[in-house]
Amino acid sequence: MAMSKRRRAIVFRRAQYALLLVLVLLIAFLADWGEIKKSFFDVDTAAKMFPNVITTALVNTIVYSAFGFAIGLGLGLLLALMKLSPVAPWRWIATIYIEFFRGVPALLVFVALSVAVPLAFGLKFEINSTAGLALGIVGSAYIGETIRAGIQAVPKGQIEAARSLGMSHGRTLLTVVIPQAFRIILPPLTNELIMLIKDSSLISVVGLTAAEYELTKLGRETLSRSPSLTPLLIAGLCYLIITLPLGQLSRYLERQTGGKKLSAPETTGV
Amino acid sequence: MSEEVPPVDAAEPDLAVEITGLTKSFGSLEVLKGIDVSVRRGDVVCVIGPSGSGKSTLLRCVNLLEEPTAGRIVVNGEELTDPDVDIDAARTRIGMVFQGFNLFSHLNVLNNLTVAQRQVLRRSPEQAQETALRNLERVGLSDKVNAMPAQLSGGQQQRAAIARALSMDPSVMLFDEPTSALDPELVGDVLGVMRQLADEGMTMLVVTHEMQFAREVADRVLFMDGGYVVEEGPAAQVIGDPQHARTQSFLARVLDPTHQGPGD
Repeated sequence: MAMSKRRRAIVFRRAQYALLLVLVLLIAFLADWGEIKKSFFDVDTAAKMFPNVITTALVNTIVYSAFGFAIGLGLGLLLALMKLSPVAPWRWIATIYIEFFRGVPALLVFVALSVAVPLAFGLKFEINSTAGLALGIVGSAYIGETIRAGIQAVPKGQIEAARSLGMSHGRTLLTVVIPQAFRIILPPLTNELIMLIKDSSLISVVGLTAAEYELTKLGRETLSRSPSLTPLLIAGLCYLIITLPLGQLSRYLERQTGGKKLSAPETTGV
Repeated sequence: MSEEVPPVDAAEPDLAVEITGLTKSFGSLEVLKGIDVSVRRGDVVCVIGPSGSGKSTLLRCVNLLEEPTAGRIVVNGEELTDPDVDIDAARTRIGMVFQGFNLFSHLNVLNNLTVAQRQVLRRSPEQAQETALRNLERVGLSDKVNAMPAQLSGGQQQRAAIARALSMDPSVMLFDEPTSALDPELVGDVLGVMRQLADEGMTMLVVTHEMQFAREVADRVLFMDGGYVVEEGPAAQVIGDPQHARTQSFLARVLDPTHQGPGD
């Protein structure tokens, strides 16, 4: 008896649910929960990490990332404008920069900035500057390309309208193009911010003092003095504390600024 | 090209727009092949013609959104094709309305109308807002002050765009097929606003397919085809009694036969 196409699809879907249920039950019965709890959820180890993991590590991760994103955003905007410049050498420089820093591992940049550059030029960077610069230099290569795409996605008519009202090229860019470009690139920009937050863990190659630990460094450091993997789990959860709300915020802003249901962002009393 | 250059400081030159020997090429494609057009102050001039005839390009050359390949464009006695002229300042005196409305999508209606007043004309926020509200009332959109463009119908967006251009207090208005992107039932509102503007004495250069509007409102009509102005004259004559064969065949295709007579 042949089944109809729809009937077959329903049966196939139910079979998948059944398979998943079996897998969950297998894991639940076969896993050694006591061992797992000891390895990943050791309460004593976790307790020892507080409040440092929040007051130092989480805060430092946020600070390093914020510096990095600020520099990355500024440099990225500059790169985007260079790539769109009618002056060819600007475009070449931006292309070379982007290709280079997108192509080399971020770790190399961290090492270069923390060891090689201070050595070569006799500079001494604050840890915030090292982290911010390294993250910003690498991040701007990605962010620059994203902003360029966003600028090019702004409809030409918007620019013509601005110019026909007497706005100069620069004024049009500031008032119309860039604000609209950022609305367009909000989702990919959020992705880049999240990548950048995770890359902030690379600063641990620099050799940090205890007060400069960020999440990954603190996690690894605690791990070396602990029999369980709990520190890594705690560090991982702390990253999620930052990144999950960012995703939510991005989706919220997207709803606010894009699509049909727009609300007035700047209401002037009438 | 033999006309005298009008003095730049003339307060009220008789001709609002004066185009002589205008050509425009995109690459090897010559879109305008030598256009001479003038618009008297207070006149409404409609430009009609088949698509690809160059009428939109002509209009876009008037405020130099398209850079002319050759020729001279004088608006309000100021030669815009002179490389030394401040084109941004000149554009504040030339309002432009686009087929696709082009309201700034990230600003609400009021800010659409005030942003250039504040930034370019350096008007105070209060003055800019007052001007904006006055012009919104003029186009019948007083209740949409805080709406975002995406919340408006096409007809409302176009009227807001007209109000935005008017808020700069231009002396000439350019309309580039302002009703072509609208649903048929919304066309009337926009044409009504334009008619009212014409009645108030605004100098207007209008590229349009609305023959009824051209016949009723325009002082003069230009028929363009293949990059040339083929025929021009009073609206009743060009639309009602075209002399040139190409004008006749264009109008026959465009006009509803039942409305073709000059007497209706």
